[in-house]
Amino acid sequence: MALNSKIPAGSLEEKWEKYKSTCKLVNPANKRQLEVIIIGTGLAGASAAASLGELGYKVKTFCFQDSPRRAHSIAAQGGINAAKNYQNDGDSTYRLFYDTVKGGDYRAREANVYRLASVSANIIDQCVAQGVPFAREYGGLLSNRSFGGTQVQRTFYAAGQTGQQLLIGAYQALERQVALGNVTQYSRHEMLDVVMIDGKARGVIVRNLVTGELERHFGHAVLLCSGGYGNVFYLSTNAMGSNVTAAWKAHKKGAYFGNPCYTQIHPTCIPVSGDHQSKLTLMSESLRNDGRIWVPKAKGDNRKPNDIPEEERDYYLERRYPAFGNLVPRDVASRAAKERCDAGYGVGASKQAVYLDYASAIQRYGKIEVNKQGLSNADADTITKLGKEVVKEKYGNLFEMYEKITGENPYEVPMRIYPAVHYTMGGLWVDYELQTTVPGLYALGEANFSDHGANRLGASALMQGLADGYFVIPYTLGNYLADDIRTKSIPTDHPAFVEAEKAVSDRINQLMNIKGTESVESFHKRLGKIMWDKCGMARNEKGLKEAIAEIQALRKEFWSNVRIPGDVNEYNPELDKANRVADFIELGELMCIDALNRNESCGGHFREEFQTEDGEALRQDDKYMYVAAWEYKGESNFELHKEDLNYEVVHPSARSYK
Amino acid sequence: MEHYTMNLTLKVWKQKNKNEKGRFETYQVKNVSSEMSFLEMFDVLNEQLIAEGKEPIAFDHDCREGICGMCSMYINGRAHGPWHHTTTCQLHMREYKDGDTIVVEPWRASAFPVIKDLVVDRQSFDRIIQAGGYVSVNTGNAVDANALPIEKHMADEAFASAACIGCGACVAACPNASAMLFVSAKVSHLAMLPQGSPERKERVTNMINQMDKEGFGSCTNIGACEAECPKGISLENIARLNREYIGAMFDGGSQNAK
Repeated sequence: MALNSKIPAGSLEEKWEKYKSTCKLVNPANKRQLEVIIIGTGLAGASAAASLGELGYKVKTFCFQDSPRRAHSIAAQGGINAAKNYQNDGDSTYRLFYDTVKGGDYRAREANVYRLASVSANIIDQCVAQGVPFAREYGGLLSNRSFGGTQVQRTFYAAGQTGQQLLIGAYQALERQVALGNVTQYSRHEMLDVVMIDGKARGVIVRNLVTGELERHFGHAVLLCSGGYGNVFYLSTNAMGSNVTAAWKAHKKGAYFGNPCYTQIHPTCIPVSGDHQSKLTLMSESLRNDGRIWVPKAKGDNRKPNDIPEEERDYYLERRYPAFGNLVPRDVASRAAKERCDAGYGVGASKQAVYLDYASAIQRYGKIEVNKQGLSNADADTITKLGKEVVKEKYGNLFEMYEKITGENPYEVPMRIYPAVHYTMGGLWVDYELQTTVPGLYALGEANFSDHGANRLGASALMQGLADGYFVIPYTLGNYLADDIRTKSIPTDHPAFVEAEKAVSDRINQLMNIKGTESVESFHKRLGKIMWDKCGMARNEKGLKEAIAEIQALRKEFWSNVRIPGDVNEYNPELDKANRVADFIELGELMCIDALNRNESCGGHFREEFQTEDGEALRQDDKYMYVAAWEYKGESNFELHKEDLNYEVVHPSARSYK
Repeated sequence: MEHYTMNLTLKVWKQKNKNEKGRFETYQVKNVSSEMSFLEMFDVLNEQLIAEGKEPIAFDHDCREGICGMCSMYINGRAHGPWHHTTTCQLHMREYKDGDTIVVEPWRASAFPVIKDLVVDRQSFDRIIQAGGYVSVNTGNAVDANALPIEKHMADEAFASAACIGCGACVAACPNASAMLFVSAKVSHLAMLPQGSPERKERVTNMINQMDKEGFGSCTNIGACEAECPKGISLENIARLNREYIGAMFDGGSQNAK
């Protein structure tokens, strides 16, 4: 099947406006007859469910957590970008668009990114109207801060819990629609298959995680808002439950998977402390606003950080990238940290860490406070004390979290940080309307591949999730459903539902009957290690080929030796996890295949064979300026389809942050 | 931090499902690292149980960074354990020493029925939000975000109330199993902002009614909720809720109260 991205004609600025004015509409009486299924209730899912419910569609939402409010969007810390130009610092829709395309290393679709930038301002308006308590200045207006990969201040935030505040806003809007009867919500339910009738997505099979029962649900359309797949690495900043299962089932039913190898490794996370580690914790990118990153100039310097004098420290980001300094994009900052650690300059017990230091920010803020308060002869202690208070107000909750996890006080000792898997730019391939290659099946938010290219800029995930849910899908879904108004609800005793349910049930029984000796967790850890070592921050041909063979062997072993305790018809988290890990193993293989295919380095995808003399990513625009969309053809068998990327406005160049 | 390992005795509530009776079961966990989180210690125990062919302990958790509100253990008589302003997932084992015995129970409240072991059903909180915990504004209706300045201290206070993660520790900590801190945090968050003001009377009335319907107990100003709240939600919210509620009552309830 040829890929049709359905990008509307016209100039970049006109495309979305034109689309909105000419797309088909569904009248209110017909909307009441149309059923929409939404999988996942994070920013994308909750905002889509609320908006579609408001329009009058009959919506059902499903989440595996115990409440929609717990979806992992909640954990986003730093902020959300919007081209409001409230700071008068030269921001515009075009600049946000340009920064995003450049940040993504010229591997994103221009038309989608421009639409994202142009609705970004509406998102902030909508959230404020819902009562999202963004940070404000003394004049009562909204406050902004900077994030990586940009030179303007366009990030809106609510202390270190922007994700929670935005998600609560969307969740409240969703609960209002539940109360009005427009949305029915199902918690502790997991989607285990898409039901296809006459080539269209017409429903889902879900498992009630409390009782273990399988349920059939019909929908005229199905929206996957199920997030990313970073947990394929076992250790990531994702929540423990975050998984690829919904997207993977869709993939196996015909939805192409776009750019699976594009993984974001976030530079500032708390380093691994031991084998028991179950997840990694992010320290917000906003900390790079004020913190300075360094390692000792001498190899294997075992002195305590505060004993290392200024002139013996290497502020390597400031040294290598003077224009952006500590605020280079995530992929660049992560690789630079890895480079220093691999070269033997790492710090801490594991030597797999660098310092994120607040000492100079504390002094700088302290001096400003002293001036504000008119203390002309303030001593050093007063300056430090006042500086710490300012830092506490800005980043207090993050510092507290660091201290709880590590037992060290970051106001006194520099934090130790190291990169960790954080986000996946890849996902289900979607066209301009967010529809996958399966008619009636849509993917929104992190679950799709669309807007970030090979690297996502900070504070852009929240923006994309909400843009898709509040402002894109209400139009594009109508354009599809307008042709479906004569389709009556299909009863779920239709053979397609029966068959899909049986396949799900058979697979569960197969898993339970293996009765092997090794736990699900142990398989997941082994998969994660293969992925991190060979398909992580740096990849090469040899490693990827080894990884593919190792993953295939691991899959065989999993299906012959996994041990799942308990029963099918009860609350059984080990079974839930087994279902997910089985899918992660298959996805892991595809990620390696994609990484092997892409003989270039771009954004988060770094192939060691393709780098400049000073270790920067080297793209091969003549060969790889395309989206790799993979079609599932059977076990270990994927066919590559290419969507060429045409840059009409931005001229791809070597990304420079120097 | 000095690293050490320890052996522990755990007494954990086991309950097959909401209909069957539960009981405490005793487990020995060996070689626990002081650097583990409390939930990682449970991971180790569960791996051990699976290897022995026994059933692991079911517990709720997800983000493991203290924000999703999913984890919910009642540890040695305290919701989320001994650390101040900390969820169970952020509690670390350096709190304990070799030979300690730790008792772990689920949240106990009739409005939070046990699903299995340490897992409880908190959908009553969703239904309270459905009763009015929102601003009625459809997508696309909004004016420019800076059209309406909001005093910084009001915005900050609204944020402090909105920091509630809906974990239910307040209910678990309260001898009456009252949900007043949770409800008051939402009522306060929205009442303090001009956007939430038009519906404040219906909101407080309907949310309180729903809270009562769910079977949560009444508030007798004990303050255990505030002491155990991992996000530091203050009792002042309850005072504010009471003022809001009385205001709504004197106004003849509200036109749209259900």
